[in-house]
Amino acid sequence: MANKIFAYIDHFGGQVLPASWEAVGVARSLADQLGSGVTAVVLGHEVEGIANQSIEYGADQVLLGDDPELKDYRPELFAGTLSHLAAEAEVLILPTTSRTRELAGMVAVDLETGMAPDVISFEIDGDAILATRPIYAGKLLTKVVCREKRPQIITLRTRAFPKPEPESDRSGEVVRVEVVIGEVVTEVTGYKPSEAGVSLTDAAIIVSGGRGVSNNPKLTPPNEITDEKEQEIWRAQQGFALVRDLAETLGAAMGASRAAVDAGYIPYALQVGQTGKVVSPDLYVACGISGAIQHLAGMRTSKMIVAINRDSEAPIFKLARFGVAGDLFDIVPALTRALKERLGK
Amino acid sequence: MNIVVCVKQTPDTAATVSVEDGVVSWGDSPLVLNPWDEYAVEEALRIREAHSGQVTALSLGPEAAMEALKLALAMGCEQAILINDPALEDADPLVVSKVLAAAIKKIGEVDLVLFGRGSVDNDTGITGPQVARRLNWPVLSLVADITSLDPEGRTIAVERMIDEGRQLVRGSLPAVVSVVKGINEPRYPSFMGIRKASRAEMPIWSTADIGLDEVPTPAMTWPEIFAPLKVETECEMIEGETPEEVAARLADRLIEEKVI
Repeated sequence: MANKIFAYIDHFGGQVLPASWEAVGVARSLADQLGSGVTAVVLGHEVEGIANQSIEYGADQVLLGDDPELKDYRPELFAGTLSHLAAEAEVLILPTTSRTRELAGMVAVDLETGMAPDVISFEIDGDAILATRPIYAGKLLTKVVCREKRPQIITLRTRAFPKPEPESDRSGEVVRVEVVIGEVVTEVTGYKPSEAGVSLTDAAIIVSGGRGVSNNPKLTPPNEITDEKEQEIWRAQQGFALVRDLAETLGAAMGASRAAVDAGYIPYALQVGQTGKVVSPDLYVACGISGAIQHLAGMRTSKMIVAINRDSEAPIFKLARFGVAGDLFDIVPALTRALKERLGK
Repeated sequence: MNIVVCVKQTPDTAATVSVEDGVVSWGDSPLVLNPWDEYAVEEALRIREAHSGQVTALSLGPEAAMEALKLALAMGCEQAILINDPALEDADPLVVSKVLAAAIKKIGEVDLVLFGRGSVDNDTGITGPQVARRLNWPVLSLVADITSLDPEGRTIAVERMIDEGRQLVRGSLPAVVSVVKGINEPRYPSFMGIRKASRAEMPIWSTADIGLDEVPTPAMTWPEIFAPLKVETECEMIEGETPEEVAARLADRLIEEKVI
C-alpha cells in the first residue's frame, strides 16, 4: 500500500531546520497509528544527504527532487512540485517556517483542500485530524478540521512536538522524482545574513530586552552625541550589549519587545510578540520588559519565564517562575558572571 | 500603476480577547485596520506617489469593516470596495482567496496587489500567497524592502525577511506582495483625508457581483474555540543584599531546575 502520510523537509544552506524533524516525528506516530508509512519530500539541489537523514529520523520512503532549478527556494516551483507529489496523500505535514507557511497554502490551492498553520496539538477524530491552533496570538485556541478534502495539510508550530532521535540503522528507499517546472516567474538574486544570530523560533533559550534597556541613569553618552533621541538609542545599545552578553553565555537567541523595536533600539527581526515572532523556548529571560499584553501573547507558552524588572508590580511577574525586582543594569551583568562561573565559560 | 491593497478589520492587539459559547469578543476594545495591513496601505501609497496611478483598498468582511476601509481612504487610497455576502460568513482561507482573486480580476488591469504579512486575529498568513496562486502571478511574501520597481519594464525586486536573514528576489508584474513591519512608517490620516473618506461612496460587492455563480464550499471548519488553560505560576522572587548575591541565587535556581 502506498504511504499516505507525507512530511515535508525544509532546509536552508544545506542545513535542515530542526522543526522538519519534528514534522517527521509526528508523521511517524500518525502513520504507526493508521497502519501506513511515512513519505518524506526533499526538494533542492545536491540534497541527497538530507534524503538519507530523513530516513534516519523516521521516513520509510523519500521522494527526492534534486535539480539545479531548486537550488534556491522559490514558491511557484516548490509548490508545483510538492502539489504533484502529495496529490494522493492523506495527510501532508510541514514545519512552520518562512518558506513552508506559504508553500502549504499554495499547495492547498492547487489541490483545493484545507490547510491549518501553527498546529500545536491534534487528535484523530473519525477519518480526520482535529487540530488545535492558536488564534489572536495565542490569546485563544481553535480546533480546526478538514473533513472531506484530501490531503489534510497541517504545519506544526516549532517546538510544539518532540524532535525524534535519529537511528542510523533505519532503512528506507530514496526515489528520485521529476521536478515540475511551470512558468517560473521569480528569480533569487542573493542573500543577506540574519541580523538575529541564533534563530528565535528554534531557540531553546531566549534572552529579551525591553524599553527598560535605555533607562540606565549611570551612563553618560559621549559628548559628540547631542541629539536627545540619539542619546537614548546610545543608552539602549549599551543596555542591549548586556542582554547580548547574557544570551551568548547561555547559547541563547536574543529577542526584544515591541516597545524597544518601535523606539528604534533594535531591528524588527528580533521582535517577540503578537506582531513579531511567537516563540516557545524552554527558558525565556525578560530584561526590562513590563509585559504588555501583545508581548505576553508572543512568549506565554515558554516553559519557564524569568523576569528582571525594576517595577515589582509589572504584569510580566504574573507569568514568571522566577522574578527579580531590581535594576537590570546591575542584575544582568552579575547574572552573566555567575553563570559563566558555574557553566565553566 | 494600478494597485490593490487587501485589508481586514481586526481587534486591536492590546485587546483582551475572550470567548463565550463559541463567540469571540474583545470587550470595549475598538476594531481597527489590521496592524500589518497599515504597512501594506502605506507601501501602496508610496508606490503610487513615485509612479502615479491609483490605489484601491479591498476588504472581505461584514458591513462594519467599512470603518477599516475608511481609514485606508483617509490615509490616501482613491477607492475602497467591500465584499460582503452573508454566504461568506463561514469562509475559510481557500474561499477567501477565491473571492479576493475574483474581485481583483473584476477590478481589472491590476499591476500589483499588496497584503500585510497576516492578520492579527486568525493569523494564517497565507491569504496573499493563495491569492497569487489563484491568479497565477508571482508571490513575493514577507517583503521588508521593495528595492526596485519598473512599471514599464514590468519588473519588481525585493528583499524578503526570512528566518535566516534576507532573501533578494526579482519577479515580473503583475505580482502579489506581502509586507512586514519595518518596511515603512505608516502615515496618520490627514484631516482632509478623513473628511474625504467620510463622504466617499463605497461599492459593496456580493459574490454574484464578482462573477462567482456559486459560493465555494469551505474545506475547513472550526468546531470549537476556547481559551487556553490558565497556567497558575507562583513567582518566586529572588532577593539578596547585593546584585551579586541575587544573581548567584538565581543562577543556582536555574541550574537546579535543569533549564540551563
